[in-house]
Amino acid sequence: MYLSLSDRPATSTGAEARRSGGRVSRTVITLGIVSLLTDISSESVSAILPLYLTAVVGLSPVAYGLVDGLYQGVSSLVRIAAGWAADRTDRPQPVALAGYAMSAVARLGLLFAGGFGTISAAISLDRVGKGVRTAPRDAMIAASSDPAHLGRSFGVHRALDTIGATLGPLLAFVILWRIADGYDTVLVVSLGFAVLGVATMACFVPFRTGAVRRTAPHREPRPTLRWRTALTPGLLRLTGVSGVLALLTIGDGFVYLALLDTGGFAAQWFPVLYVGTNLAYLTLAVPMGRLADRAGRATVLVLGHLPLAAAYLCAASGSGALWTTCAAVLLLGVFYAATDGTLAAVAGQLVPETVRASGIATAQTAVAVARLVAATGFGLLWYAVGPRVAMLAVCVALLAAIPAGFAVLRRAAR
Amino acid sequence: MKTAWVKQRTTVFGAIVVLVTAGVTAYALSAIAENDRRTSRATDATTTSLTQVEEGPRILFRHTGRDADYGHVGAVALADPGGPRALTDLSCDRVYARAGSVSCLTTERGVVTRYRATDLATSTPGARWREVDGVDLPGLPSRTRISPDGRLVSSTVFVNGDSYMVSGFSTRTVVRRIGGASYGDLEKFRLVVDGRRVAPADRNVWGVTFAADDRTFYATVATGGRTYLARGDLAERSLTTIADHVECPSLSPDGTRIAFKEADKDGTRWTPAVLDLATGRRTVLAGETHSIDDQIEWLDDDTVLYGLEREDEPVSDVWSLDTEPTATPRVLVPEAASPAVLR
Repeated sequence: MYLSLSDRPATSTGAEARRSGGRVSRTVITLGIVSLLTDISSESVSAILPLYLTAVVGLSPVAYGLVDGLYQGVSSLVRIAAGWAADRTDRPQPVALAGYAMSAVARLGLLFAGGFGTISAAISLDRVGKGVRTAPRDAMIAASSDPAHLGRSFGVHRALDTIGATLGPLLAFVILWRIADGYDTVLVVSLGFAVLGVATMACFVPFRTGAVRRTAPHREPRPTLRWRTALTPGLLRLTGVSGVLALLTIGDGFVYLALLDTGGFAAQWFPVLYVGTNLAYLTLAVPMGRLADRAGRATVLVLGHLPLAAAYLCAASGSGALWTTCAAVLLLGVFYAATDGTLAAVAGQLVPETVRASGIATAQTAVAVARLVAATGFGLLWYAVGPRVAMLAVCVALLAAIPAGFAVLRRAAR
Repeated sequence: MKTAWVKQRTTVFGAIVVLVTAGVTAYALSAIAENDRRTSRATDATTTSLTQVEEGPRILFRHTGRDADYGHVGAVALADPGGPRALTDLSCDRVYARAGSVSCLTTERGVVTRYRATDLATSTPGARWREVDGVDLPGLPSRTRISPDGRLVSSTVFVNGDSYMVSGFSTRTVVRRIGGASYGDLEKFRLVVDGRRVAPADRNVWGVTFAADDRTFYATVATGGRTYLARGDLAERSLTTIADHVECPSLSPDGTRIAFKEADKDGTRWTPAVLDLATGRRTVLAGETHSIDDQIEWLDDDTVLYGLEREDEPVSDVWSLDTEPTATPRVLVPEAASPAVLR
């Protein structure tokens, strides 16, 4: 059984990384900039979408709810397929590029969309694009990094990505502040950033990035790939553990709502909490990645759920004090910094590199679906027993799951 | 070939950057210029003084002309609704008024967009409205109503970010005594659906309309993908469904009928309709072929009003429609939305 958790760079992987010495590879930085530009584009639109759809397009918020529903699920559906396509063709770059291009086209569609049908189509296309690009892109990051510094590479990428996610809403605000009904302008600017993202990817991320068989001196018959090849015992354990942990990850929204319920802050500060979490995330992404490289990625991935449990405790404490709110916001940022990039890093190393994108996609999809289930389930629990008890219950369950997950993943890493 | 691309890619990328930047900048600059031109333009509508309009029965509304007064509260005489309008400097997303009280819901854009409900009191004709109460709102303003005696006010807002992962929309509807206590979130009221006490997680309440007794109200309750008309009791803190497939109820001045919007199969288009509370008879006002998305207001016991956006520009008009099934609608107040009739 091929398990590549060893620190020895496997064949082609180390070539580029060695050339760049101990520095983060140029490809990783470029992919980070692509994500930054794309996130400015998508988050500036997300920030105004509810207002735009209801105020300008004239869609009632009920219909908007339906549109919003399309967001979910669509993304995870295509993710595995795209990971598979990247591995099958041995060309993650064009698959990821197609994903970025789809989202850019979706922006254009949104600009001209007039009714429920066209808007649904544009938003679905955007989500499909996001689903398509994620796993091939993470596979390229893994392929372009020195395995010893994989955690840091993902940290750098996620930090750049989150900078974009923070700048996007800010940009939308500045435009709307200057132009009262400047939704069209936000969409045009967003389209501009999306095009720049695609152009950066097309021009500066080589076509063959992440291709595993690129060094083959002569053509050899392409071995038939099966998705099953990606389902190594290590990946199955990782998927199981992170899936279970994700089932106990109820989403920032609920943590904030619980804080709201205990009177920690006034409702209109809701968006600021997301910004606070994002800031903590982008600041800590690189340090957490380094820590993961040193202390073990699986360790950081699992223990990274401790700050999440602490955030639940803050929300459940019901003290209503300002510091519990701030602590919860920061702890959520720590949680994302410790787990988001690390999951892709660990997954990419638990499978043969010929099926890396499929492996990453599998783990990410499991987490996305489990979180969706968690959010729905927690909603029911919230109404059944109240926010504080519900929050405490999930906190206890999470604290119990962490050591168990730790034990399982340590075995996987051996 | 590969090296040629490596050499050229910087040029290609540079060209794309220049093109995109130039295009976006040009668009933004022209949008800024258009915005400044529009917001400094005087209104096309003939205007009059507030004193004159407030002397008699009138319709209060939100002015929607694309001019310097966009979004400001205006008023026209009930006797001449298409005639000269008085414009105030009060800006509201939604406005409603009854018996000397005005409710104004606003969006205050900022790094943190804030939403606020402000209650004002009117006094002698033409006198400046006095702010008497207000609360911060947790989301995008949708509906507001005031009780016939002017003492109770309701607001419905759409809450975004109720949850990061859970999809679907969520409303928050609150009833307050102006200058007094709040009855809180109506979702926390005891809910009886089809005679059974229930506490579903997915309940939503919106679109309150008040009866004259300072206690009874009607509202939409949604749960399990269905919408109901519910009768509410502020003293008992309860909501009891009395009909289904009703959204945004509005009680007629004589208290016998409910005007509402009825959703089509997909739930994305609405037709105005009227329900007789005593007999349960429904009349769909199919003469209106556009989808309406407003809480209907009564002009009198036989005529309803609602705001409707034009197809070609972001300007609303207030339309009136007789409650006969065959009646056809007509524009009553152009460049207006959010109508409130003060008799």
